[in-house]
Formats: sequence, C-alpha cells, structure tokens
Amino acid sequence: MGVALTRAAQWTTAGFGAGTLELTPLNESLLKDIVKFVESFGTKYPQEAEFVFKESLQWPTTLEPSEFESGYVVSGSTVKSEENSKDGEPLLFLSGSDIKVSSFGQLSRLLHFAKDKKLKETQACLEANRDPIMKILGAATQGIVEKEEEDLTAIRFLDKMKKDENYENNIKTKISLLLQQLDMNLLDSSLKNISLETRLSPASIKNDVDLLKRFSGKGEQTVLESINYTSDFEFANGCRAPPWRQMQGEICYLSVKPHDCDCIYLTCSTAGVFVNGGIESDTEEINYERCSDIYKDLVTILREKSAKFSENISKQQHSFFGAKKKEKKKKRPPLPEAEEIPNLPQTSTASQKSPSVKRRMVRKLEPSLKWTSSVTLQEKQDSIKESQEEKSLPTTTERTKSLISSTSTGRTHSLTGKSSVKIEDLISESSSESEEEDEQPDHRQEGQTDLPSEYWQIQKLVKYLKGGNQTATVIALCSMRDFNLSQETCQLAIRDVGGLEVLINLLETDDVKCKIGSLKILKEISHNPQIRRTIVDLGGLPIMVDILDSPDKNLKCLAAETIAHVAKFKRARRTVRQHGGIKKLVELLDYAQGKTDPGHYHSIYEIKDVEVARCGALALWSCSKSHANKEAIRKAGGIPRLARLLKSPHQNMLIPVVGTLQECASEEHYRAAIKAERIIESLVKNLSSENEVLQEHCAMAIYQCAEDEETRDLVRQHGGLKPLASLLNNTDNKKRLAAVTGAIWKCAISRENVTKFREFKTIETLVGLLTNQPEEVLVNVVGALGECCQEPENRAIIRRCGGIQPLVNLLVGTNQALLVNVTKAVGACAAEPESMIIIDRLDGVRLLWSLLKNPHPDVKASAAWALCPCIENAKDAGEMVRSFVGGLELVVNLLKSENKEVLASVCAAITNIAKDQENLAVITDHGVVPLLSKLANTNNDKLRRHLAEAISRCCMWGRNRIAFGEHKAVAPLVRYLKSKDTDVHRATAQALYQLSEDANNCITMHENGAVKLLLDMVGSPDEVLQEAAAGCIANIRRLALATEKARYS
Amino acid sequence: MSMKKGSGSIDLRSLKKVVKALSKAATHFNKNEMERLVKLFYSFMEKGYEQGTRGGLERSEFRNVLHSAFGMTDDMLMNRVFGAFDKDNDNHINTTEWVEGLSIFLRGTFEEKLKYCYRVYYLNGDGYISQDEMYDMLKNSLLKHSIEEEPDEGIKELVEITMKKMDYDNDGKLSYEDFEQAVKNDHLLMEVFGPCLPGTEKCLEFETLIFKDINTEFTEFQL
Repeated sequence: MGVALTRAAQWTTAGFGAGTLELTPLNESLLKDIVKFVESFGTKYPQEAEFVFKESLQWPTTLEPSEFESGYVVSGSTVKSEENSKDGEPLLFLSGSDIKVSSFGQLSRLLHFAKDKKLKETQACLEANRDPIMKILGAATQGIVEKEEEDLTAIRFLDKMKKDENYENNIKTKISLLLQQLDMNLLDSSLKNISLETRLSPASIKNDVDLLKRFSGKGEQTVLESINYTSDFEFANGCRAPPWRQMQGEICYLSVKPHDCDCIYLTCSTAGVFVNGGIESDTEEINYERCSDIYKDLVTILREKSAKFSENISKQQHSFFGAKKKEKKKKRPPLPEAEEIPNLPQTSTASQKSPSVKRRMVRKLEPSLKWTSSVTLQEKQDSIKESQEEKSLPTTTERTKSLISSTSTGRTHSLTGKSSVKIEDLISESSSESEEEDEQPDHRQEGQTDLPSEYWQIQKLVKYLKGGNQTATVIALCSMRDFNLSQETCQLAIRDVGGLEVLINLLETDDVKCKIGSLKILKEISHNPQIRRTIVDLGGLPIMVDILDSPDKNLKCLAAETIAHVAKFKRARRTVRQHGGIKKLVELLDYAQGKTDPGHYHSIYEIKDVEVARCGALALWSCSKSHANKEAIRKAGGIPRLARLLKSPHQNMLIPVVGTLQECASEEHYRAAIKAERIIESLVKNLSSENEVLQEHCAMAIYQCAEDEETRDLVRQHGGLKPLASLLNNTDNKKRLAAVTGAIWKCAISRENVTKFREFKTIETLVGLLTNQPEEVLVNVVGALGECCQEPENRAIIRRCGGIQPLVNLLVGTNQALLVNVTKAVGACAAEPESMIIIDRLDGVRLLWSLLKNPHPDVKASAAWALCPCIENAKDAGEMVRSFVGGLELVVNLLKSENKEVLASVCAAITNIAKDQENLAVITDHGVVPLLSKLANTNNDKLRRHLAEAISRCCMWGRNRIAFGEHKAVAPLVRYLKSKDTDVHRATAQALYQLSEDANNCITMHENGAVKLLLDMVGSPDEVLQEAAAGCIANIRRLALATEKARYS
Repeated sequence: MSMKKGSGSIDLRSLKKVVKALSKAATHFNKNEMERLVKLFYSFMEKGYEQGTRGGLERSEFRNVLHSAFGMTDDMLMNRVFGAFDKDNDNHINTTEWVEGLSIFLRGTFEEKLKYCYRVYYLNGDGYISQDEMYDMLKNSLLKHSIEEEPDEGIKELVEITMKKMDYDNDGKLSYEDFEQAVKNDHLLMEVFGPCLPGTEKCLEFETLIFKDINTEFTEFQL
C-alpha cells in the first residue's frame, strides 16, 4: 500500500501539509480496492484484526455518533468502542468530527457502518495518514518490510516466522505481508493505467491541441481565440520541433492567443509545457529559451495564463463528463519533476468519451455539416460517419430550410398586408445565409496522428511550385491533380504546407498555363469550407474576379467556377460584389448567344461559349444567396440574360440559371421581373424535364413566385399544374418532393387552380403524403390541403380518403410552420359537420386548444382560428369547451397578447365560446370585459371586426353591457363606423345595438356622433347591418324621447 | 513587332511559282496568306533570294525570327524548335517547312500541335523521350537558392514526377503514345518540357501584322 499510495495515487498539493486525493478514476479504483481489503479483513484474518496499531489512525470523519451500533458507548458527540487495547484505551474513539481507530477489526466495522460513505471515509483516512503502514506497524517493522521487498521469497518469510517466537512480531509480519500483497495488487492495477502516460508525448500534445482547437475561435464561449503550431511541418515521430531541439525533449511550439491577453508562445516538451521567448521579430525564429515554470500540460499552463480560458474551459468541461476529470487534473500547479507526476489515463478517457464529445461538436457544427454534405460526396461521407441521427439532417439543403422559414411566417398573414412581405424576405434571406456555413470558427481536426503519405508528396510538389520556373510549375500542378483533391486530407495538406498562398500567387502571373493549372486545383479543393475561408483570407477572390476579364475563355470558366465554389459564405459573397465581380459574372452570361469573338483561338484551349455562360451562372447562383448580391445581379441586367438562358437547350446550363432565379425570387423585384420576362413559361416547361434537380429548382422557383396571384394564373395558363401534380407520384426524391408540394401549396391559393388540382386527383395524392414524409414536405402538403379545404367539396374528399386522422395526428408536432398549416387545415375541415365528428372523436379540439399554449404567436393565432369552426360545429360544444380544464381562462388571458393576429383570432374564438351562456358566464368571471375593452383602441380592421363581434356576444350576459361602457369601450367602437371595411361596419353596428340597451352607452354613442354614422349604415344593402344600425338608432332615439318626456312632464 | 528586313526580296512571278509549288503543303492557310508568308520568308533571308539554290533559313536566322516574332527566349528550346521545323534535317528551313511550321504555330489543331511538341522534345530520333533528355530539358527549370538540397536532386525528382505522370506503360521512357495520352488527359502537359509554341497573344499579333489588309493588298498584286 505504501508504494501504491506514494507512487500511484494522485495527490493534489493544493492545500499544504496533508494533500487531498483527487477524484480520478485511478484513485477511485485504488480506494475501492483498499475498502474491499479492509472490509473483509475482520472476517478473513480475525487474529490479525485484533492487532493494535502502533499509533492510531486519526482523521476528520463525517460519521455521526448515531450511526454506531452495538458494541459502542455513545455519549453526546463522543463514541467509544467497548473493545479496549491493553492499555485500556478504546480501539475506536470518536469525538466531534475527529475519529481515532487503532485496529483493523474496528476499521472494518467502521466501514460497515459508513455504508455509502465508505469511500469518503477511506479517502479522508488516507489523506490524514499519508503513511498508514508506518503508523500501523511502527517504524521498526517498516524497515523489515522494506528489506523483505528486496528479497521476496515466501520461504524466507516462513523462516522468519518460525524463528520469530514473539507472537506480536509474528502478527506484525503477517499483517505487513498482507499489506504488501495489497500493495502489489494496487500497483498492478494502477500500472496499466499509469503506463499510458507518464510523460507528455507528441500524441498527447496533439490530442490536447486538437481538442483546444475545436473549442477555439471568435466569440464569447470559446476557450481561446486561436491556437496554432508555429510550424506546419511534422516529423514522422509526431514532433514539430527541429531535430536539434528534439534532442532536448522538445516536441513542438505553439502560438496561442487567449481572449484576455496577448499572444503567448509555448514550448511543449516531454517534461511539460512552458512559455518560450516567442518569435524574434527580425529573424522569425523561435527564441527557445524558457521564460516560465514548467507546467505539466497545456491546459494547466493556459489556465494559469488566461482567466478567461480557465472560466470557459470549466464551462465546456462541465457539460460533458469526460473532460470533467481532466479539469480536476488541470488544477494542479506546476510540479518540478514530470516523472513523478503520473498523468491521468488521458488517452483512455479521451477515447471513452469521444463519442459524446464528438456528438456535441457535431451539433455545434451542424449548419456547416449540412451545407458541406450537400456539396461534396466526400464530406457527406464524413458526416455520415459522425452519427446516424445527424444523417437525416444533412440531406435538407438550405433551400428547403429557407422554404420552411418563409412558410413559418406563412400564408395566414396574407391579410396583414404587403409590409410584412419585406420583413419576411429578410428573415428568409438571413436564415438561408446562416443555415450554411457562416464563418464557423473551428478547425476540424484531422483524426489521424500519422500524416498520410499524400501529405509528404504534396509538400514536395508545393516545393516545385515555389521554386520552379513555369515548366516545373506546370508539371507540379498537373501532378498535384493526380491526388484525390476531393479528399479532405489532401485539401488540408495543400493548405498546411502553404500551397494555397502559392496557388493564389500563380493567379497573378502572366502565364496562362500556370493560372489554368492553379485554378483547376483551387476549384477542386474549394469544396472544403476551411479552404474556402483561407482562400478568401489570402485575398484570392479579387484576383479571380480580375481573371474573369481574361480573353481566355478557359480561364474565365475556371475562375467563375472557383468563385462559385468559394462564394458559399457571406464574407466571400460580399468580397465578390465589392470587387465588381457580379457585373463581370453577369456579362459572362452573354457568351451563350452565339456571339463569336474576333480572332482565332487555339483549339487546345478552346471551350464552348456555352460553358462560359454556364460557369457564370454557377457563380451567380452561389452569389445570389446574399441579399445585396441579388440586387447587384438585377442592376447589372442579370434578369433578362437569365431569362434568355432559360430557353437554352443545355440542361446543365438550366440548373444554375433556374437555381439563381429561384434564389432571387425571394425579392419582390425579381418576382415582378420573372413575371414580366415570361420566365414562368420556361419554368413550367422545364418541370417536365428529365433532370430531377432541374425539376426541383423549377418547382422551387414557382413556389417562391406563386405568392403572386397573376403568377399563379400564369402557371395554370402554361399548363404547369399538371406536371406538378404528376411529380407528386415520385416520392423518393425528398428535396424535389418538398419543392413540388411547396409549388402546389402556393398555386392552390387560387381557386381555379384548386379546381384543376381536383381534376388531377391531387388532393387524394396529397392526403397520401400526410404520413411518412419529412417535415419540409409535410409543411407544404398540409399547407396545400389547407388551401384546398377552403372549398367545401374538397373537405369531403379529404374526409373520404381518410385525411382527417393523419392531420389531427400532426397536431402534436413541434414544427412551427407545420403547426400553423395543420391547424389551418384542421380548422377548414371542421367547417364540415361530418368531418367535425371525426375531429371530435380523435380529440382534435383538445389538441388545438393546447396549441394555444404554444410559444409562437403564429401557432397560437392559427389554433385559435381553427377552434372557431370546431366550436361552431361540434355537438354539445358548450359542454366540450367546459371540459377543458383551465381552457377558458387560457383563452381569456390570450387577450393580453401583443400580437394583433393572436388577438383577432382569440376574439373570434371568444365570440364562438360566448354562444354558450354558461361559458359566457365563466369568461365574464375571468374578466373578459375589461380585457376586450382595453383592445378597443385599435386601427387594425381585422381585429376591430372580431373584437366588435366578441363584444356584441359578451353583452348577452349579466351587466356586461354596462361594464363595457364603464371600461370605455363604446366611444372607440363608434369610430369603427368610419372604417372602410363593411365587415367592420356590420360587426360594430351589431355591437353598438347590443350596447345601446344601456342608457349610458346611448349617451356616449350620441356624444361621439354615432347617430349620423349609423344613419348612413341604414342605407346599406347589407340587411344585417341595416337592421343592427336601425335598432341601435331606435334605442338611442327612444332614450332621447324618454328624456324629453321626463323633462317636459 | 520589329522585324529585321533582310536583303531578300522576290519578284512577283517567282513568288507565284513558289506558292503554287507549296499548294501541296499541309497548311491551314489560303493562297493569299501563303504568299504573304513566303514573302516574309524571303525577307528574312539575309543572303537574299537566289532562285534554284537549296536551303533556306539558317538556324541563327530562324532563331532570330522565333525571338523577334514569337517572343521565345530559351536557346535550348529554340534549337529544338528549329529541329522540329527542319523536317528533312538539312539544317535549313525551306519554304515548305516554313509554312507548315507556321501553320501549326498559328492555326494548328490539337493533334498537329501534339505531334509537333513531341518532335521538339525528342531529339535523338529513337522514337522515345528518355529520362536523360528530360533531365536536359528540365535542368534549368528550378530557380537557384530556392531549394535547400542539391539542385541535381531536385531535377531528378522532377523527372521522376513527370515520369510518374506521363509514362503510362511504365517502360521508363516516354513514347509518343504516352505523350499523347497524357496530354489528352491534361492539355496543360502539351508543352511539358518547356514552351515551344507561341502564346495566343503573340500569334494574334503576328497574324494581324502579316495578314492585315490582305484583300486590299491582294488587289494591288493583281494590278
């Protein structure tokens, strides 16, 4: 035990004197072994258990006197064992929190009482008694045992025992023997762990650096701003230090930029980590001199140097278990000799925890992964590797995402007017941008510790790029393309050996071949997000934009294509625009017009004009994801050119063209232009193309544009509905399905289109798509059904083909956009009594009601709207509504919402609820009158109308009429009569009629000039309005007459 | 472009005759263009035109043309270009060789250029480009000081890289088939061992200068 404890156990020296044991897995297993040993000691070796220690073990305990059982004398806070030593001292003595124990028997009993505090007690005991063997056996025996250790033969022990007549000595030896055995076992088991890491190794440093890199970057949450090796070159042994420094045990040098202080330069050596002299500014060499203490590892030194790091790493590490232990270890201050510090079994914990850590990281990086996977196969494979659950996500592109986000602000708002459109666009725009990789701060680590052979070969080639004339450069460039440039290792290798700088430099030379060769490589490797960012950082984009002006078409193409790959994130797109790239790219679109260039071009470099235009369109497609770029494309005259290209027979040309249009169609200007340029026709035509991607983008473009009524009609007139409907039959391609259903949804806003869809049996097909589809499809399918349901005939179709059940099932979802659409569809169905029966049976009303608690106002409003027809058509509606516990209170409280749509919908719901007298009484108790009155001062006609209706209904109970007057609801209501909306007039007149039953209200109305306004309404062709207005006037008149009568009589 | 006018000139009748004789030459030029080129050819000949004498442009004269008209600078490569033009190996470029060569320069198809480049690169006539030849051609391709190790090593390695890239049949030397396949896979390898074709711009410049107003001038000829 002695050896094990001094060598293996991990002590902190945070406190002085007696250290405390750290909570490491190693220590824990040590403790457990010791506990097991002590616990069974009493029964296994009864004789030895009675042996009284030379000196009692003493430690602060958490045991309470009450926890001791028979065999002990308890008095107050002291406990004595009945068992005494020869000198009459109790073998166990507890006083306050201090405990003294002098035999194994007592120890073992104590552990028995301690139960789940066993480990704690043992730990406390060992902490207080750093050398327990010394205390147990005394100094003399210690020597013997030490000697025995040197000569460990059982025979010698037996000999000794025989010789030794002294009984006590005999026992002593036996105990020491047992302890030694325990010690051996402990050492054995811990050795396995410890042996993994006693000194820092290149691999462990690399692990640490990689781990820290993943948590580094800009932002508050990261632990560091950056951490980088000073040298990209890594020797085969994993070291990066030059060989002569490796002799000193140095492994590598790091430059670390913490959040809260200047860049620090660190040397990692086998003995630990320390601050070096930094990089000399004149020679750019590292000053190897040690400028700080040696810390045992990277994290420890960084904790010491940066408070922010210390704070953030704790946060990071608390979140996942694996690293938590590390954190403890890292608290340890510098220790002089690394050899004496057995490290945590870091590699083993790291590998154990890596799945969870990895998963976390994946989550964090999700957007970028999503993006990349949609771009390259290679990266897709990477992300598939990550985890199964993430796998479904990458297949959703940012396009479908933006689709969802724009639907979330969806159609239900169409009445709120144009102003919302712009905002909606901005939202969808910004979201489509953030969905892709937005400047992810990470550097994804390369999993392997050994660099692949490609790395060295690429390094060699880059050497030729740097030091060769154009001939050698071209050879190197061509050879580099023999590597699998779609592979991340190769991509990063090029970057890491400084290849990107050279490649970009080559773009500035005069040599066409070098430029072509360089662009061909850049084009490939820029599939990688990190490479893209580095290219932008190195200023590659402006140079490529300049190359677009080159007379060489091949160069133009390559530059445009590379731009298309690089401009996948905001900053890159901005750079392209700021350097005039958009205009040049738009001009490339002219090439496909059969315009021949003057002069002769060499056939070896000759490429078709169509290709130039195609590459231009590709680049525009990438660029068009930024709002300002859409505008720039339009200003540069991109729309007519794109429209012209749409008539191109080349399919690979159509995809980027339609893609760009589709992306830009989020802008009002574009939608107008698309209509004007007769683009819809081409889009419709290409819906029938063979190419699924093209179909997808066409459908997507229609989806974007069909918010506009004229456009919807155009789609129908060009025969677009039929191909859309037939595309529904292929459900394998989910991206396309999402786009197609989206287009159908938007088209279905026009009634004529719905009629067509009914002819094509689209409604039945859509119902079939209500199950087993991804959410982005469901949102659109349900949206489309919601539109179709506006016609009674279609409601019956949906009911007949069993659509109600799946719709109601979708009410339990969480997707906002989906919920908005589902509630709308269910509400529309509920308008049909037969469907309502089904909805009621499926408990759909309760589900709708619970959606009133949804945090999103759109969902709340939509649910409230849907409730109206439900209450209207349900049998025993009043009873049903009352059966929802707390339901009425919930509804009334929604009147406190800020959202006009929510308010209007809730007013409508209240109107329906209030039809039942009993419910009206309940909501009156919940204070519906003052809440409604408070809303009266509004200019929103929709709200006015429903508010007036609700007020009119609520007048039917008790003294509510009077209460509305008291809460000053009447005067504002009178003003509603000046609104331009006849619906508002009708509802208001009815409400005023109800209110006019109270004399005070009549006075208020009269004062506010209601009579004249109402008189106009009497002349309305709307009978209900007529009647209500007349009734109201009559009431006012009657009061006046009565007053006059009273006055004159 | 400044072109040194030689003392050579040719009368119209001889010119027509020469051009007629060239009608069998495989070129992409029409008759008018051919005339211009032949005229130019004779203007370069310092010794003047002597009817009936064999020969034509000498190596040094030809190299001057390559340099002044097409901006070539590398002596080694210009010698090789001379070799490739001089199909009959008589150390002179005759009119046929001249127009045929220029046809490749200015209007050559991919295949023609491919063959031409291969001709430039293999000298000893055994049908292959050997590694030694490559070494010769590439030996100046690394800038000094730029690579720590021995420059020889660097070039040897570069030859290895090239072989790996282009030697499809792995026989340690480059046959025409190897070359053709490699260039077809990557057009950039056309001039793999050094530039031996004029750049696009130089060609345009040359054509504009030599063929300008070809129709108007042609009528002058007719007069």
